[in-house]
Amino acid sequence: MAEKTVPSVQEDWAPGRREETREHDRYITPPVDIFETKDGLTVVADLPGVEQKGLDVRVADGILTLQGRTAHLAPGTPIEREYELLHFYRQFELPEEVDAEKIAAELKHGVLTLRLPKKEKAKPRKIEVSVS
Amino acid sequence: MSVWDAFAEMDALRRELDRRFSESWPRYRRAPRVAFLPGRGARQYPLVNLSEDEQNVYVEALAPGVDPKSLDLSVMQGALTIKGEKPGLAQVSAEAYHRNERAAGRFVRTVDLPVEVDAGRVSADYRNGLLLVTLPKSEAARPRQVPISVR
Repeated sequence: MAEKTVPSVQEDWAPGRREETREHDRYITPPVDIFETKDGLTVVADLPGVEQKGLDVRVADGILTLQGRTAHLAPGTPIEREYELLHFYRQFELPEEVDAEKIAAELKHGVLTLRLPKKEKAKPRKIEVSVS
Repeated sequence: MSVWDAFAEMDALRRELDRRFSESWPRYRRAPRVAFLPGRGARQYPLVNLSEDEQNVYVEALAPGVDPKSLDLSVMQGALTIKGEKPGLAQVSAEAYHRNERAAGRFVRTVDLPVEVDAGRVSADYRNGLLLVTLPKSEAARPRQVPISVR
């Protein structure tokens, strides 16, 4: 499962940048875990501060796009800031055997879990051998 | 007449340095950090933002995927201690991973609070992977309006 790198130039890559657009918002890439089981792939992404309505997961042309918009205002005036709560953006190229119709997503405690099942024909099948 | 107090001087120096360092933050703007990779290095976890208003001090911690039941907060001697555990993914063999960037594990972090707080009335709220701790300022630390009589 290869990562689709959005800016083709990787040199001045910084986590706060997506690509040059007219959009003023800044984005960061969320850390993810991807692992494979015999039924498919599971993608787990940390998206703190993203609510369900701010989350956009889509598949188009075999590319999975995760976009999470954080809508959040901390109360009071800041004293010390160690992090900035920016929006999240990341893309992955999906392997062909993933069944895009059956992707299931779950968001809990700021963690998104995506289950990408394999197509039936891509699953390993055991062939029964009959002994005659 | 005040007596020269070495400890008070040191405290003043520390505060001054703290102030200078926190001031320089917007000028030497680093790449935004959302790094929360405990176990990937000896970095502080969770990252916290401190803010205040007249009544409260707020500590907001970036802690996605933490089991709320494992969270343990305590306030002692002007410091807030956050303990908890971010559970890892169960039963995934190492060969099955394509990417493994989210680290997991137990953490503990102590945050110095800028003012005295009323430890009995601290409240905390965990939502969308963000922990917001509201610490009411103690009576002495709150700003008080001084009435001015005009003659």
